[in-house]
Amino acid sequence: MRADVVALPEVAAVAPPSRMRNVPYVSLGIITVFVLLAVLAPLLSPADPNDQSLRNRFKPPAWEEGGSWKHPLGTDRLGRDMLSRIIWGSRVSLAAGVVTVLVASAFGAAVGLVAGYYGGRVDAALMRLTDATLSFPVILLALILAVTVGPSFGNVVLAIAVILWARYARVIRGQVLTLMHLDFIAQARLAGAGALRIISRHLLPNTLNTLVVLVTLQIGYVIIVEASLSFLGAGIPPPTPAWGSMIAEGREFVTSAWWVSMFPGLAILLVVLAFNLLGDWLRDTFDPKLRQL
Amino acid sequence: MPPRDGGAVTAATPLLEVQELTKHLLVPGGALGWHTRLVRAVDAVSFTLEAGRTMGLVGESGCGKTTTSKLILGLEPPTAGAIRFEGEDVAGLGGEGARRYRRAVQAVFQDPYASLDPRMRVGTIIAEPLVINERGGSAKRRRRVQQLLDLVGLPARTAELFPHEFSGGQRQRIAIARALALSPRLVVLDEPVSALDVSIRAQILNLLRDLQERLGVSYLFIAHDLAAVAHMSHTIAVMYLGKIVEIGEAETVALSPRHPYTKALFSAALPIDLDAPAAAVPLAGEVPSPLAPPSGCRFHPRCPFVLPQCSVEEPPLRSHEGRQVACHLY
Amino acid sequence: MLVLEIRGLQTHLVTRWGTVKAVDGVSFDVAAGETLGLVGESGSGKSMTCLSIVRLIPSAGRIVGGSVRLDGEELLSKSEREMQQLRGRKVGMILQDPMSSLNPVFSIGRQVREPVAMYHGLRGQALGERAAALLAAVRIPSPVERLRAFPHQLSGGMRQRVVGAMAIAAPPRLLIADEPTTSLDLTIQSQYLSLLEELQRRHDLAMIFITHNLGIVSRICDRVAVMYAGRIVEMGMVRQIFTSPAHPYTRALLESIPRLGARTSRLAAIEGQPPDMAKLPGGCAFAPRCPHVMDRCREQAPPEFTVAPGQVSRCWLHAPA
Repeated sequence: MRADVVALPEVAAVAPPSRMRNVPYVSLGIITVFVLLAVLAPLLSPADPNDQSLRNRFKPPAWEEGGSWKHPLGTDRLGRDMLSRIIWGSRVSLAAGVVTVLVASAFGAAVGLVAGYYGGRVDAALMRLTDATLSFPVILLALILAVTVGPSFGNVVLAIAVILWARYARVIRGQVLTLMHLDFIAQARLAGAGALRIISRHLLPNTLNTLVVLVTLQIGYVIIVEASLSFLGAGIPPPTPAWGSMIAEGREFVTSAWWVSMFPGLAILLVVLAFNLLGDWLRDTFDPKLRQL
Repeated sequence: MPPRDGGAVTAATPLLEVQELTKHLLVPGGALGWHTRLVRAVDAVSFTLEAGRTMGLVGESGCGKTTTSKLILGLEPPTAGAIRFEGEDVAGLGGEGARRYRRAVQAVFQDPYASLDPRMRVGTIIAEPLVINERGGSAKRRRRVQQLLDLVGLPARTAELFPHEFSGGQRQRIAIARALALSPRLVVLDEPVSALDVSIRAQILNLLRDLQERLGVSYLFIAHDLAAVAHMSHTIAVMYLGKIVEIGEAETVALSPRHPYTKALFSAALPIDLDAPAAAVPLAGEVPSPLAPPSGCRFHPRCPFVLPQCSVEEPPLRSHEGRQVACHLY
Repeated sequence: MLVLEIRGLQTHLVTRWGTVKAVDGVSFDVAAGETLGLVGESGSGKSMTCLSIVRLIPSAGRIVGGSVRLDGEELLSKSEREMQQLRGRKVGMILQDPMSSLNPVFSIGRQVREPVAMYHGLRGQALGERAAALLAAVRIPSPVERLRAFPHQLSGGMRQRVVGAMAIAAPPRLLIADEPTTSLDLTIQSQYLSLLEELQRRHDLAMIFITHNLGIVSRICDRVAVMYAGRIVEMGMVRQIFTSPAHPYTRALLESIPRLGARTSRLAAIEGQPPDMAKLPGGCAFAPRCPHVMDRCREQAPPEFTVAPGQVSRCWLHAPA
């Protein structure tokens, strides 16, 4: 028997070269900056975002004629400091993005795992529900909620999550279907594992890569949706600064006081782009086969 | 051929007894998949297996050997027939009995890259059956894992590593270690070496035989490499379209087959020996689809020795020259 | 008459772990009407050698040296355009998986007509008749009806025959078959090998048959080259190699394979693992597993030595004293 002992290859003294190429440092940097701004808003904000000063209305940004460094990005139509409002607005956007995505992904992944594992009628029923949900327009639902129950942070999260989960369900179910054919699932059954153990200890960890990629890519999407809702007046109600409603407020003055709409728009652009690039990189690192995401 | 005295003393009751085991599958058919058609994947299959012995199951695609193994493993319920384990009907077992059966029958599958969860460490993989089925602390489990690794010839360090750090042959050893974790009485080996490099196969086959001698475990050995099956098995059963056409001692069936299909199969096995007699029985035609099995003897359309009654009446298994053959010639 | 002459072929692959010498100085010839078996395990270089002949190596690969001559013409210096003219016309290939060799959305007829139209310039009825004749040549029953069928309607054996028909449509001078029967049932395998032999006889094809199954080699090959870690370690007539194998790897391989009717209780297994191509030891690649290893083997890789007329072995054991 001893003769059969296999000499294990030396666990590589040199680890295989990392697959981490082209780490998107810029995207990570942008996201870090905005996260810090959101978390430390009370400390970093130069002024109270709701501090009105009608004498200081429509002050242009510091580098323009008539501007000053007291209001580096200018002021809006109520004389509120733009920079402070942008900083505080990041709280809303990021919180909405992260919370919504977490809620939706948790629920959606659960549905996908159960549908993929059980198959048959359970799968068919859950997928019909998923398909129906996927075809429902998010904005419409949010508007309805805003009109009937009133706009709030909770309603925004709810409105988006209630539709967003379906995307996760579909993708995770697809992955689970592939995994179910692999022998290690049959082996778990042979060991006596029940549904709960197989789903939690075998299926879920093997779908985590996909989940992480999807979550990252979706945060950008949710931020845009939230901004759209705020723009339409169905999102976070004033006086809480939200980038979407800030754009709306500056709508009429685009040619004269361009900075009121421009800077919140730029903020949205940067954050969403950063999350999308990060998500792309994660996907390519983990599994290029997921390119359709 | 394996030595006759290997393994445990055979008890009066065989370890595994399969009686008229049948599995019908409904598959979608017709133009749009709306109709369902019946596939007799396994049709009234019967055999026994003693403790410490190996039964080889051979046949080509559609013969039902994989389905048979799934029925024995309890991964699928039979449509009819009985499986008796240590004398007890498996179907009638309640919760505790079913759990005992589950522990007593394990499997090693073909693909070493799909049978280990890539996200778990090897030690966790091997210990999983213990975690689910046994009490006792993690220390006790760790010791058992080390014992199993030693049994399959892998160093202790293996437990800390992940499957992707191992070659195909090493992964199969890990899979064997896991299969042995609960000290099963029967291990189903479904093409255990087909996906491995040729130079590694002998190592694994030797390991399996050593384990059988040491532990007295029985094997159901399914493979398309007939020489390997003949080497490993005490008895061989040849399946065709869901039925057993010949069954007997391995040497008898492999070296002097009687059923025309068995003859064709073993002569197609292409011996390395250049002086061995050339393929005697070339078979015409394709392996028929299990959806539309021929009438009477299922093999008759391809049989070089076909008689008129072969298309009418299905031959039962009859004793002939020390084995059982299902053929009107005998 | 020699159809294929290869000298010192070297193909390197760039991987995450460094450059792998997938084919490391391979030389052999194949004559018209002769079948050379290329035997080896995963990583031995047998498939990569044949892909190098037709210059279809993966993008991470480079042919870095050697010469490949088909009917006297050097292939390695040809342009891609010239190679495209050559593939199919002069060199036919049959691969392992018939389902991915055939396009599932086109009918068999369409796929068989394509090479015929390209190589013989036929159209219309003449084209259809030629295609049906090809299917008949590979023994497909009811060839005319089969032209309308789709790949999924055919069994594995039938599909491989269609692939074979397309491969010999020209007919080529050289046919490369890469494990064509591995996915087929045993009884179908026999039929297919007989078919290949018949096609070879009819068209006087030079054939390279890649396999890891020594039983197939003994049945269908005239000569065999055994590859290990990118090199040919032994080559000769099949009978010679099987009755008196010279190289320790060949010997160990033949001894480790179970045989019908041989009464052994234990197979003579080869120790160790197949080589890690990214981290080959210096010297002979088989040294870590060789029962006859000497110090010299670890220091220096052996050249080919002639051990008998027509038989060479790459092993220091056969160095002249």
